[in-house]
Amino acid sequence: MADHPLRILVAKPGLDGHDRGAKIIARALRDAGMEVIYTGLHQTPEMIASAAVQEDVDAVGLSIMSGAHMTLFPAVIDLLREKGAGDIGVFGGGIIPDDDIPRLKKLGVAEIFTPGSSTQDIVQWIRGHIQARP
Amino acid sequence: MPSQRRRPSRRAAKDAPRHVSGRTARAGAKAKSAPPRPGGAAKTRLYDATAVRKLAREVARWEASTLAPVTAKTPLRQPAFATDSGVAIPPVLTAADRRSEVQEQLGLPGEFPFTRGVQPTMYRGRLWTMRMFAGFGSPEDTNRRFKYLMAHGTTGLSTAFDMPALMGYDADHPMSRGEVGKEGVAVSSLRDFEVLFDGIPLDKVTTSMTINASAIAALCMYVAVGEQQGIPMAQLGGTIQNDMLKEYIAQKEWIVPPRPAVRIVVDMIEYCSQHMPRWHAVSISGYHIREAGATAVQELAFTLADGIGYVEECVKRGLAVDDFAPRLSFFWDVHNDFFEEVAKFRAARRIWARVMRERFGARDPRSLQLRTHAQTAGVSLTAQQPYNNVVRTALQALAAVLGGTQSLHTNSLDETYALPTEDAVTLALRTQQIIAHESGVDRVVDPLGGSYYVEYLTDEMERRAVDYIRRIDEMGGIIRAVEEGYPQKEIGESAYRFQREVEEGERLIVGVNVFQSEQQASVEILKIGDQVAESQIARLRQVKAERDARAVKRTLAKVEAAARGTENLMPPVLEAVKAYATLGEISDVFRKVWGQYREGGAF
Repeated sequence: MADHPLRILVAKPGLDGHDRGAKIIARALRDAGMEVIYTGLHQTPEMIASAAVQEDVDAVGLSIMSGAHMTLFPAVIDLLREKGAGDIGVFGGGIIPDDDIPRLKKLGVAEIFTPGSSTQDIVQWIRGHIQARP
Repeated sequence: MPSQRRRPSRRAAKDAPRHVSGRTARAGAKAKSAPPRPGGAAKTRLYDATAVRKLAREVARWEASTLAPVTAKTPLRQPAFATDSGVAIPPVLTAADRRSEVQEQLGLPGEFPFTRGVQPTMYRGRLWTMRMFAGFGSPEDTNRRFKYLMAHGTTGLSTAFDMPALMGYDADHPMSRGEVGKEGVAVSSLRDFEVLFDGIPLDKVTTSMTINASAIAALCMYVAVGEQQGIPMAQLGGTIQNDMLKEYIAQKEWIVPPRPAVRIVVDMIEYCSQHMPRWHAVSISGYHIREAGATAVQELAFTLADGIGYVEECVKRGLAVDDFAPRLSFFWDVHNDFFEEVAKFRAARRIWARVMRERFGARDPRSLQLRTHAQTAGVSLTAQQPYNNVVRTALQALAAVLGGTQSLHTNSLDETYALPTEDAVTLALRTQQIIAHESGVDRVVDPLGGSYYVEYLTDEMERRAVDYIRRIDEMGGIIRAVEEGYPQKEIGESAYRFQREVEEGERLIVGVNVFQSEQQASVEILKIGDQVAESQIARLRQVKAERDARAVKRTLAKVEAAARGTENLMPPVLEAVKAYATLGEISDVFRKVWGQYREGGAF
């Protein structure tokens, strides 16, 4: 474990305005002692990747309800890699059909949390899988 | 602060002693002030004072001699009970709790204050409209779904648009990447509307369109399709959601900041009141507020506050209240707490009737009537054990009907995964048909009227909502409150509290934190392919190649001039869409004139 708290960017890619989940997760992670930055709504993959690099985060949590995850999640990962920040972990959640989950994982999304996931599951998962970057 | 706690524990425990001490629960501020006031008209008390006093003594005796011994031996399942909004629930209610009930609180069906319903006949005269929200993929896809629903007994169309359309982007805009046709039907120009309503005679259906920030373009495109079918706009019937205030509060699909957005709404209300007498220019919506995590009380309060905000802006514009208020309509969510939901519908009607009469001086009875659409709570559906969603939806639909809704959408069991399949939608529609034709609840008006509990909850919902509305007035009105993020913050608190209650097991959700199953039921999922985006972009290119570019430029300049001035925006936007200016181009004009709205990242 690193000597600083984990820094997480909670991001809302795409055009849907459903931010209840993203805000709940952001609060729960902060309550669990992490440093959390929330992007606000309607972010492009470019905006998210830039924010992740600028804010020097350890992981990015993407929340989407619009059905555009197969386009936007991989776009964020590709951009992070282009910026030399491919070691920033990316996880996500939202309205994501089961069939898409293995495909997203193959594309580099570390984990997907679907409706009904508890915030504690997400906190536990982050603690177990996200390393503080040097 | 009205209590906003969703579940018993603290707040309820604090209130509980009132009930166990033998004192009856008070029915709330309104009922307390019910006895004849100096200068006020005499009120008709429903319960005889002597009989009620005697009953209260009986209740006290019952609590001591019948109830207390039982609770001493077997404790209650929880220390105190409360509704999902935190209204304390006594063990039982009697006429003694309703001692100050007056007939003027209830009225009769179709009469002020409309607590018992807006029509004298309600479902004995006409059933509610079964309006199933549909929209996905290309305009061709949704046109087919509309025709399917009409063939299966749906009685009004309801259109869901995709995210790019809602945010004012055409299919080919970089922001639209991955979103075209995914969460609703993709439309960019009048050509798409022509396909969407192809073969559907617009004078024979009523159409609801769920679109807000770009509503003006959508309404004008619908009017233009009507003209092509030879139907003048005065004959078009339907509703456009067009409730921008709740966008900033909850749904968060916007283009420009709140004040210019409300100006466009007022333009549309004004125009429709003069030219489209069968059209509802705004549907003041609690649905999204609730789905974002509000309690029933917050949904009621913020939605009515939004309604008050629009009426104020229209009055400031110089419109006479009775010229536009009869066409205002509402849209409620229906969540799980059955009786609280019924009470919410009843309280909403009473508050609105009083606000319109007392605050705005409305005289036309139709101005005082809160007519509403309702939708079962999408947020209550669970991904786990999805077939349970059918049962949840049925109960919520029943609550909406007992609350006296004018139209209803029932959600499908698969909507936590994706947009619904045809089979799932059919089952959701059948749910309404079973309630309508088999349950018998349609046979009497306001069947729960006079229930001590439902009347108590109706009073409590009213009192708490009115408290919120007063606070918003003190802040300078709803637009100001929204700019300061007040409703947003209140809703965020409720949403977080709800989630914690679920995770701590204080609130039980079957299949999620209790009665979980190992094996997962699999449901079929509707997939929208990326070919929709390709075909929509191709059609858009063709439209742009074929249209008269000079006419587009000229009409968009008129839109810009109107936006910069005070001229009503409807006529120039109508002219622009007929020249095949796109929804994105019209929205770009608004962005240019007023700037793009952004919300910060507070949480």
